[in-house]
Amino acid sequence: MQSDSMADRFIGKSIPRKEGRAKVTGRALYVDDMVMPGMLYGATVRSPVARGRIRGIRYAQGIPWDEFTIVTAQDIPGKNCVALMLNDQPCLADQVVNHAEEPVVLLAHPDRYLLEEARRAVELDIEPLPAVFTIDESLARQQVVWGEDNIFKSFLVESGDVESAWGHAHLIVEGEYETGAQEQLYIEPQGMIATFTAEQGLTVWGSMQCPYYVHRALMTLLDLPVNQVRVIQTETGGGFGGKEEYPSMIAGHAALLARKSGKPVKIVYDRMEDMAATTKRHPSRTRHRTAVTREGKLLAMDIEFVVDGGAYATLSPVVLSRGTIHAAGPYFCPNVRIRSQAVATNFPPHGAFRGFGAPQSIFALERQMDQVAKVLGLAPEELRRRNFVKQGETLAVGQVVREKVDMAGLMERALELSDYYAKRKRFAEENPRREVKKGIGLASFLHGAGFTGSGERYLASLVGAEATPEGRVRVLAASTEMGQGTMTVFSQIAAEALGVDYDMIEIVQPDTAVVPNSGPTVASRTCMVVGKLVESAVLGIRQQLLSSGLLPERYTSEQFRQACRQFIENHGALKSSSEYSAPPGVYWDDDKYRGDAYGAYAWAVYVAEVSVDLTTYEIRVDDFVAVQEVGRVINPVLATGQIEGGVAQGIGFALYENVVWQEGQMVNSQMTNYIMPTSADLPPIRVFFEEVPYAHGPGGAKGIGELPIDGPAPAIVNAIENAGGVNVNRIPVTPEVLMEALEGVHA
Amino acid sequence: MRSYLPAYDMRVPLELDEALETMARAPGEWKPFAGGTDLMVLLEQGKLAHRKFLSVARLKGLYGFALTDDHVTLGAMITYRQVQATAILQQEFPLLCRAAYETGGIATQNRGTLGGNIANASPAADSPPALLVYDAELELVSARGARWVPYAGFHLDYKKLDMRPEEVIRNIRLPRTKKNWRQHYRKVGTRRAQAISKVCFAGAALVDGGEINDVRIALGSVAPTVLRCRKTEALLRGSLTTEMVRAACDELAREIQPIDDFRSTARYRTRVAQKLLAEFLLGLIAPPAGDRA
Ligand SMILES: Cc1cc2nc3c(=O)[nH]c(=O)nc-3n(C[C@H](O)[C@H](O)[C@H](O)COP(=O)(O)OP(=O)(O)OC[C@H]3O[C@@H](n4cnc5c(N)ncnc54)[C@H](O)[C@@H]3O)c2cc1C
Repeated sequence: MQSDSMADRFIGKSIPRKEGRAKVTGRALYVDDMVMPGMLYGATVRSPVARGRIRGIRYAQGIPWDEFTIVTAQDIPGKNCVALMLNDQPCLADQVVNHAEEPVVLLAHPDRYLLEEARRAVELDIEPLPAVFTIDESLARQQVVWGEDNIFKSFLVESGDVESAWGHAHLIVEGEYETGAQEQLYIEPQGMIATFTAEQGLTVWGSMQCPYYVHRALMTLLDLPVNQVRVIQTETGGGFGGKEEYPSMIAGHAALLARKSGKPVKIVYDRMEDMAATTKRHPSRTRHRTAVTREGKLLAMDIEFVVDGGAYATLSPVVLSRGTIHAAGPYFCPNVRIRSQAVATNFPPHGAFRGFGAPQSIFALERQMDQVAKVLGLAPEELRRRNFVKQGETLAVGQVVREKVDMAGLMERALELSDYYAKRKRFAEENPRREVKKGIGLASFLHGAGFTGSGERYLASLVGAEATPEGRVRVLAASTEMGQGTMTVFSQIAAEALGVDYDMIEIVQPDTAVVPNSGPTVASRTCMVVGKLVESAVLGIRQQLLSSGLLPERYTSEQFRQACRQFIENHGALKSSSEYSAPPGVYWDDDKYRGDAYGAYAWAVYVAEVSVDLTTYEIRVDDFVAVQEVGRVINPVLATGQIEGGVAQGIGFALYENVVWQEGQMVNSQMTNYIMPTSADLPPIRVFFEEVPYAHGPGGAKGIGELPIDGPAPAIVNAIENAGGVNVNRIPVTPEVLMEALEGVHA
Repeated sequence: MRSYLPAYDMRVPLELDEALETMARAPGEWKPFAGGTDLMVLLEQGKLAHRKFLSVARLKGLYGFALTDDHVTLGAMITYRQVQATAILQQEFPLLCRAAYETGGIATQNRGTLGGNIANASPAADSPPALLVYDAELELVSARGARWVPYAGFHLDYKKLDMRPEEVIRNIRLPRTKKNWRQHYRKVGTRRAQAISKVCFAGAALVDGGEINDVRIALGSVAPTVLRCRKTEALLRGSLTTEMVRAACDELAREIQPIDDFRSTARYRTRVAQKLLAEFLLGLIAPPAGDRA
């Protein structure tokens, strides 16, 4: 740690995870561990076709249907949608289906085995309609499958004047890049339990990232007032964005069955259903046209970025927004135009996934940078060095970089740690003699923390804090722990702010009846944005104790505890809350789509070393160096874990994870044939932090969760090109893809 | 949910005779159940017609091990873990040990059996190419008696076996003839563990003074069954030349019948099969060390 200030007791320390013990000893209870008296199991009957008109639903003989609770769209008391952004996605398909696996009928029964037989006995009679499965088909609009023009959202970013720049260019380089869908593969599949009574209304327990998203979706679906819906997050085994919007769907299903049956209903997907039916990362296509000067300076970047949103909008507009803003990367370029679109197809809706559009557009940019360097005859690192944005310069959307930033320094460190220069030289000498070629490549990138644009202002997140009669401090936030260490990090922030023992901090399990709406657990915002609110909320407690005179200026944990007890005795309660307000000078113009897109960015340079086996066309990552500046690191072990996990997931994205679609249906929805890398396939992942404290983050922290998935794919594919001299611009680079690229033929 | 466990029957006889009697009374009704690593997956997916299982896991007769001057005989219940730990197999049958080492992950290796791998008859199974190269023989038993069959003719077509519904595999016998052969095994499964082969290659050659005197080539995942490539083998006699390697690779492409499926493409399988053959053959010219097997 470089900036480990002497005063810090908890921040910057690898304090063991608060929730870790329960998890490793098996005491942590996940939703599938919960059983309620009289509980039914729920199952979902889904469309077998990608697009069509529902003509009828038949219940085959041989099943005691009168024992079943059966729910269709007709049973929905409120609005038939999964309320989120555009409210276009039905909770249960009614009359038409727009993607394979779209839910049509729900069943519940106490016997889960009979339930599965019943699910197979429901026959959906659907008249198929022509479906759209590619970005080009969607843009061609021969079939309009969504809205008037198949477009969920489009953006235009313009700075300078691209058109007038082409004439002054020394060189113009064009490229086209594609990325595939990717499955989040959280360990725990989606699951919910719902209960419903006329008096208490609806309560839902389950695995989720965003309790208040679920809360709002349920109010809309069941037409219930705020206080008749309660959402409780149970222990959550991973999310990666996959539990950002989909839990609202499955919670709605459990709720509808619970309401109709009058009994608690549990729905838990198994891996196959989860993979086939829930959201994945948006596939993308990016076109670049880049003008450079003779000196290797970027003159103009013209970028067309298109993502495939699937059948309904879900979060596509904001995924597109983040992808668009990250498309021009950490470079300064006087003329930039980015035109972006999220289009509709008849795949199951694509949704949130760690990185949220940025890994797609950054893959394209960082491949393009290597192409530009090649054409210019410059080394890839040299082209980047000449173009990194510097403090005081402006990013594509007009954001002036006010923080201290030193991309060239980060890059030098990454190149040194990976022994880049020596290896590049050695590989070039040895490769001609080798059947297994070696290569090394890099990617440099940034990732904005927190919601994009005005998002945080609209959210206006709240965090509460209260002292307990025992003199402990409870933090009330809606941010969920799902493996990343939220409870630990919040406790460190609170303990540091108060100057009391870490064990005196309690983090309340998110429950909409108890915690305020501190927004969703997404967008690398939990530590930086919500953590800051935790800091100010607990400082509010301290302030009240100080001004009441119960606490001296300098105090011990024991004195703090005493003071809390005394305050509660005197006044009944000691509470405080804190609401988000944008840091001074941070402003985003929604109409012009310009301004400070994010409060802060994390900056990084990643280097990958690969082997390319020309006998089997298999690619292995042999070494990986990840250097990043993420503000102050609150918990080094947890932060390192985030980076390692993100890099591993990025390696999967780059080389292995290939969603195979047939007629809009995922046909490899099992872990035996959707190939994610195992531990045996991963290199040493060497993680290094530079720390430049961020003035508006708790203890100086910025966001970190998504950053590490942006860099691996381009660094790896750049390394593949370095090894084999082959230009692959589509990921995942499976052995089949590499073979076709090397042999110059298309399958 | 999608997968589920239907109601099923499981019998666990302790005597081979009793087991064979049960099978003879209603041929095909009772499905032998060894480690269950194939059967449990199929059952859960609803891809198995059977609801009646006869565990063979307690039958001592299926755990035999015999070593003579001419043969090693392995009981059908030998697990991958045990294969890897058996000294004579390490010394004389390295391809089988390698296949066992590359099968699934540790849990599967502890439970999955060689008999199950053979009888499950997946064209992508990893041990059969090694067994073909070693000229393995199988002992099949039923209430009516026992018979030995060469493994090379055992797979008649996709999932069709030269085994009657009332028979079980008792033993797998390996002639100790390949000890001095040059051997090569390579599984191509895209990831290093828990992979189903896209191509799996096993080869052995008796090389003397730069001349090939005899050779075995077998592949998995390139045809409806695991395949011994006899036509390719036939081209590989005498001193090895570049032309011979090329001709063998061409013949191999004709002899295999790979398909496109969601795991890979026919083109990839063909190309890699050829490259693995070339790798094996070129390795014969190189000094004996550094064998991948
Ligand atoms: C996670 C996982 C990974 C795997 N990875 C691999 C891999 O990498 N490579 C590979 O080749 N396989 C792999 N398999 C498949 C499986 O483990 C092997 O095929 C294993 O050898 C099967 O043996 P078993 O004893 O479990 O067979 P079972 O499942 O018990 O039986 C399989 C079939 O053989 C029949 N059978 C079993 N024993 C006999 C007998 N003595 N006589 C007659 N018929 C019999 C059964 O009736 C059934 O039809 C994997 C499986 C899993 C679950």
